Amino acid sequence: MILDELVGMLTDPLMQRALVAALLVGLAAPVMGTYLVQRKLSLLGDGIGHVALTGVALGWLVGNATGLVEGALAVPGAVVAAVIGAIAIELVRERGRTSGDVALALLFYGGIAGGVLLISLAGGTNANLMAYLFGSISTVSGADLWLTVVLASVVLVVGVGLRSALFAVCHDEEFARAAGLPVRALNIAIAVIAALTVTVAMRVVGLLLVSALMIVPVAVAQLVSSSFRRTMSLAMVVGVTVCLAGLSVTYWQDMSPGATIVVLAIGVYALVAALRPLLRRSRPHDPHPHLPDDVRVVA
Amino acid sequence: MTAATTQAATAAERTPAVAAHDVRVVLGGSTILRGVDLEVAEGEIVALLGANGSGKSTLVRALVGAVPVDSGTVTLLGTPLGRAVAWDRIGYVPQRTSAATGVPATAAEVVASGLLHGRRLRPPRDAHRRVHDALDSLGLDHHADRPVRELSGGQQQRVLIARALVREPDLLVLDEPVAGVDLPSQQAFATTLAGLADRGTTVLVVLHELGALAPLVRRAVVLRHGAVVHDGAPPRPTHEHGGDEHDHVHPHDDDPAMTPPTTGLRWEP
Repeated sequence: MILDELVGMLTDPLMQRALVAALLVGLAAPVMGTYLVQRKLSLLGDGIGHVALTGVALGWLVGNATGLVEGALAVPGAVVAAVIGAIAIELVRERGRTSGDVALALLFYGGIAGGVLLISLAGGTNANLMAYLFGSISTVSGADLWLTVVLASVVLVVGVGLRSALFAVCHDEEFARAAGLPVRALNIAIAVIAALTVTVAMRVVGLLLVSALMIVPVAVAQLVSSSFRRTMSLAMVVGVTVCLAGLSVTYWQDMSPGATIVVLAIGVYALVAALRPLLRRSRPHDPHPHLPDDVRVVA
Repeated sequence: MTAATTQAATAAERTPAVAAHDVRVVLGGSTILRGVDLEVAEGEIVALLGANGSGKSTLVRALVGAVPVDSGTVTLLGTPLGRAVAWDRIGYVPQRTSAATGVPATAAEVVASGLLHGRRLRPPRDAHRRVHDALDSLGLDHHADRPVRELSGGQQQRVLIARALVREPDLLVLDEPVAGVDLPSQQAFATTLAGLADRGTTVLVVLHELGALAPLVRRAVVLRHGAVVHDGAPPRPTHEHGGDEHDHVHPHDDDPAMTPPTTGLRWEP
């Protein structure tokens, strides 16, 4: 009975595409999230997501003007806008740290307002934007899936393949500079793959919840691991698990896949945080460094 | 002094490890360094001294390319500052920052990042062995898999030194490596530095006071208000430092604190 239901889900072509997309997003988003959390730029994904909304609307506008199918250029538009936005944020961050916060805020507001404004100019409605704001994984087409596969592969190849170099830059930028590493190129690489991650994840969880998928699995992994490498691997496991599980739930229950996935991820975080004392008890250790006494103490 | 002078003269005939001429650094609109000339011969150990805010940290950061040089020239190991410099032969130890990054990283991971440079973006095959050798040389191998944020301040500093040493540099640039460091770490560091000096490594070290490194340093450059005011034998400390009323925050050769621990007043809380 349960098996029949599962087979039914797995043989549904719509669901097959959605599951592949969810799998890729579950793998790619936490990779990028690990670097963002390490940099304390957890909200960067949100900033890029807001800018991507303007890109969606712009793509829509251009698509209408050139007489293409409605919304055909929405995803490419989001990719372009997100990449430009991410590089802009990176350049502002590089110039001076103080203004980065304000620049991020400006992108948040400008991105949303620009998106809403442009979509009304394009003759669309805010309802058209909802699919991008909250995700629409059930409507993933064959072409969408290919774009997702390509973008997610780029994110994984760069994010995992260059892990040591990206770690060095995120961990200590001054040292990386003094080591002769191409710091600016690596920073821009991070910004660009963050932007690609946002647009990949847009279809699954929506622009408003993209950041959650990048950050929450890393937050879970951080609770139990002590190294960067293991944090990243564990975050990928958590990401894939919640994406596939959340999506499967919505096959039977009529719920928003994006919201279900994010709520599930936060649930996992709460559970692991609660169980953490038990998990850590197996490895007792004294938090005080082992050093000789400063003063003579008569025992 | 004659021996030292002859030694310096022979060394100067070779390419200097560091050659800075008329260096000017402007940060945030204020001139931090002006007209700084500094030449460090191969194999030399030079201390960079000066009060807080005299520009000594900015100077080493400018030398390794961490802050931009406004005017003047910097040559490292015979190559002008830029991508062509043999970065794999240069080790840099920045001032320890307390800012812990968001994601935990083990000591081994931090040290492994020292193996990367402009022409190597992925760790080499023998990375594992080299990382453990570097940690071992600073007495930290048993902490290799512990997150850096759980280590003491002195241990964290040693991790940063290991990160610079893992590439087996010919030129080592250190920024206040013993500031705020516990005594065992200071001693371990002095021993490590002596070993490197024996192997001919060039060392440029920013110090607040010579402290435990005094026996190793033959030449000191003193900065004041962003300009060099002394270049030669290490100057004697000013009266305040030598006087009885001065609260010692550093161990001396003859200080009881240098001979095995548990005695003497220490300053780290």
